[in-house]
Amino acid sequence: MELLKLSGIALVVLGFILKWDTIGTVVAAGLLTGFITTFSSDLTFVSILEILGKSFVNQRTSTLFAISVGVIGISERYGLKDKARDLIMKLKNITVGKFISLWLAIRTFSAAFSLRLGGHVQFIRPLILPMAEGAVFAKYGHVDEKTTDKVKGLAAASENYGNFFGQNCFMGGSGTLLIASTMVEQGFNITALEISAASWPVLFAAIILGTVTFLLFDLKLKSKYGISNKGE
Amino acid sequence: MDPKVYNPILSEIFFIIIGLVFASTAARVLKDKNCKKRYTSGAFWLIISVLFIFGPYIPNVLSGILIIACAVITSFNGLEKSKDTPISAEETRANADKIGNLIFIPSVTLALTAVLAAATKIVSSNNAIGVSAIFGFIAVFLITKAPLKYAVTESARMIDTMGPTCLLPQTLGALGALFTACGVGEVVAGLVSGIIPDGNRFIAVAVYCIGMALFTAIMGNAFAAFSVMTVGIGIPFLINNGANPVIVGALGMTAGFCGTLVTPMAANFNIMPAALLETHDKYSIIKTQAPFALIMLIFHIILMYFWAF
Repeated sequence: MELLKLSGIALVVLGFILKWDTIGTVVAAGLLTGFITTFSSDLTFVSILEILGKSFVNQRTSTLFAISVGVIGISERYGLKDKARDLIMKLKNITVGKFISLWLAIRTFSAAFSLRLGGHVQFIRPLILPMAEGAVFAKYGHVDEKTTDKVKGLAAASENYGNFFGQNCFMGGSGTLLIASTMVEQGFNITALEISAASWPVLFAAIILGTVTFLLFDLKLKSKYGISNKGE
Repeated sequence: MDPKVYNPILSEIFFIIIGLVFASTAARVLKDKNCKKRYTSGAFWLIISVLFIFGPYIPNVLSGILIIACAVITSFNGLEKSKDTPISAEETRANADKIGNLIFIPSVTLALTAVLAAATKIVSSNNAIGVSAIFGFIAVFLITKAPLKYAVTESARMIDTMGPTCLLPQTLGALGALFTACGVGEVVAGLVSGIIPDGNRFIAVAVYCIGMALFTAIMGNAFAAFSVMTVGIGIPFLINNGANPVIVGALGMTAGFCGTLVTPMAANFNIMPAALLETHDKYSIIKTQAPFALIMLIFHIILMYFWAF
């Protein structure tokens, strides 16, 4: 009977794998585990509904970021992303590894400051990848398919590294708020500010490690294509 | 939450404002005649709005039923984004040329005032986010001189674009609480205790971090893994043995992100971009990220072992 309680977890796993509706899956998982628990404890199904309702209302703190999305929305309308693009376009004559490293640092720190200057659709495809490919072409001319695939992989990876390992340093981030409210719900007195402060070592580790891998790619290119073989 | 500075009335005011944002999202969808599912979509956002504004005053069982109603709407595809015209590239470009780099100030204001308000303990950490929004809005209106109604319309546009995903952290948090009440944590802990030798901190840290990464990789979502792994492993084997909950929580989540980097399940981070960038190998992004993810995961285990205890 006790093991059957885990069926809720199994349902979450299954639902996420099969791409069911996320909110529906999560609520159904809670109800399933709750329903099974009513057989082996003094909880009734009504009290399961009460716990669901009460904890959802308690967890409103996880959605606090909704109060500030308007600021971002208006900033975007007035050219936030356009200006970020302008700044990046000023970088010229730089190796591909250095360029992606620089972008990684900008992307990560801006995530830590709630500036969402990212997105594969908004930034990597229209801006970062063309600049990175431009840097490769300027030095080595045309390169093989394996190399272009690698440049694409690195450009996309820089977006993910920056996004994932920078976002929790912002105390109003949804991940930060989820960590804090989960811990508070479990009876530990901690704050989102403390969580965001504890997220900085990982931010620096991600920037350093990312930069090392990007610069190693520079070296690999150099040994593969020589100092410069740009066809005139 | 620091009880000395925590002000429940202020929190409720912020939740009412967020409730009004959801209500305006409902109004935005309901007004859009091109949106086929506008009635069910409007109902979804209205219910969420009611839960935010009146949540503490209505019976818990009713809140529970309202949440199920929302889940039914999203499960049967009843929620649709309104087809309101997006902002044109020309408009943002023209605005950008007019305002220049000052446009970065409102976002920076948001981040800095939140940290300042919380660090000085003028308000609680959560309320600091609400306070920072006030300063953020003041900054953005001073700089852009945008019409005031944008505070409402742009908030609604952002929520509408994010869709129900913006409620996922909250829903998962509630799931975690429900699991705890049902004793799921004890069951998972009972299963895992076989792997973790009594009081061996290093193995406990490794199991938690690797578990977060694996679970995240399977589901493609670290938020969902976090509630389950933290209640089942993080709290009983680490925090109850003296680990700092702040460090366990913060590093636990990013350990999960290491799993996100290597899974095709996180399609919007790893697979969709590969198509978007037209790579020949559709796993090219995952292959690039794998060594980084592995080293980062090892770093997490070592850092948590030395820092949390």
